[in-house]
Amino acid sequence: MSKFEFPPSIKSRPVYGTLEARPGKAHLMIADAKGAEAILGIATPDLMATTHVIYIPRGAAFTDDLRALNPAQFYEGPSYAASVSRIRRVLQDAHMGLQVYLTGTEGLIGQAQNEAMMAGIPHTAIQTEHRGSVARRMQCVHCKGITEDVETDPFQCSHCGLNLFVRDHYSRRLAAYQGVCIDAEDPGNVPAPKGIYE
Amino acid sequence: MTIQFNDETFRDDYSFRNSDWAIKRFPFPFHEDSYMYAVNMEQHRGGPEGSVYEKRFDVDEHYVSEMRDRAMVLADDPLRCQSLPHMTLAGWDLLELIMVSKSEDYPDLFELHRDGDKWRWVNKPLGIDDTFTFLDDTTLPYSPMEYITRQTQGDFCVLDQRDNNLWMDAGMVTTQADWSLDFDIGMNFFEWHAPVPLAHEKGIFVRALKFLLNIQQGAPARRLNWTMTVNPLLDTSPENYHKWGIQKTTLTPENIGAKQHLRVELQTFFRLPRSNGLVFPIRCYLCSFQDLMTMPKWGRRLHRVVRDLPDELATYKGFIDNRPMMLDYLSEFDDGLPTSPGVWPDLDTEPPLAK
Repeated sequence: MSKFEFPPSIKSRPVYGTLEARPGKAHLMIADAKGAEAILGIATPDLMATTHVIYIPRGAAFTDDLRALNPAQFYEGPSYAASVSRIRRVLQDAHMGLQVYLTGTEGLIGQAQNEAMMAGIPHTAIQTEHRGSVARRMQCVHCKGITEDVETDPFQCSHCGLNLFVRDHYSRRLAAYQGVCIDAEDPGNVPAPKGIYE
Repeated sequence: MTIQFNDETFRDDYSFRNSDWAIKRFPFPFHEDSYMYAVNMEQHRGGPEGSVYEKRFDVDEHYVSEMRDRAMVLADDPLRCQSLPHMTLAGWDLLELIMVSKSEDYPDLFELHRDGDKWRWVNKPLGIDDTFTFLDDTTLPYSPMEYITRQTQGDFCVLDQRDNNLWMDAGMVTTQADWSLDFDIGMNFFEWHAPVPLAHEKGIFVRALKFLLNIQQGAPARRLNWTMTVNPLLDTSPENYHKWGIQKTTLTPENIGAKQHLRVELQTFFRLPRSNGLVFPIRCYLCSFQDLMTMPKWGRRLHRVVRDLPDELATYKGFIDNRPMMLDYLSEFDDGLPTSPGVWPDLDTEPPLAK
């Protein structure tokens, strides 16, 4: 499975790596959709014996493959929102030496990273690997509403309806990119949307 | 001197005006006839008498009206003032710094009476006389940072220092040049500057950070930054850009002299003693083109700077579309004569416009 190469960008834009098994007393792997492939790529029986996997399929069919790895704990969530209280509880109970692995879409990685940071884990100590959709989680700078899975630039804010330009400026705290009104100086002049990386 | 405070607005009817005194002391930011980014830091230990550099926190004729405008912005959007939980002590540091500085620098306007941790603060222009317990949050009507920055001109970024970096972990930001505290809070120095073009490649931020990390107590620093704003609008926030952006299209050759403003930020940097944080006040000064043109040297120079600015910077500063009209206006004030070095207007020695 080939990975998408993000073009070079500004310094607030997250950079993702490639997961590797690291020594640790316990392991927490959180993934959505094709992120399952990154977990399958590093799984060994020893590693999985101390691993808690939280997986949100979003229509992908990797649940049986992940279960077959025999992780110490496995949870399949119907959505990130449904899973987040469990993620918080797991992080609250975590001890020193926990290794955190996040993989899948940028929205999943960013939000789970934020939970780990709030639990006291520095973001630089968290492994991430992007897999699957390149859609973005965007915050409208005007109404503050967040729109998930934005694939085009510009896009219409799902909360206030403004037409927003997709910036590369990214907030870890919000786990979102910034959307700014594109036609403020020329109302109604909105270019046809195209894919963010087209 | 006693300052006469203006009753003026920075929105709607835009009744903001600079007096002759304010024009003369305007912090014109160009020391030569061209501009490019630089780590243009200098010590902030006073300056010529009457200049905006003289006091630690400059108070001018716009003070009372600017504070009224800030209160209106905060009523509309409380997220303009935020502080992450570990920044409360830095807020007290800032409160102390401002109260001590203002009461020493402007004894006729501000008084600070300290008896142990029982403090009394008197702010005469705003009609405030409060008694509180230093370091006890429950004795103030707002958090210490919000309390004192509702009474001090300029935006305030309160930065935490750790991991050899500075972190934008608290702030009061209502007069900003189009950046969002709510979005940038929690970012490090390189991240919150990420959208700035050209400067990263020139190594500006690496050098600036090195300088800032080493600022010591009692040895503050300062620099100027600038942009352009149509109408004397303090709150040029991204949050409200969909409302004010359209104002950029209202310039005409007839109104540009009155409507187009040079917006200058006096940025200062102070080490905070208890938290080891750094406070980064960003004080905004506005001056209309027609007022700037009353200083012949500034007229000549502003034309040359705007004319020769790289397109990336004119785009980033948001005036690329209006640049041709600005140049039409400004060229009338450039007779081609040389200009004296430095930022000062040199009204007594520079020749009048020969055109």
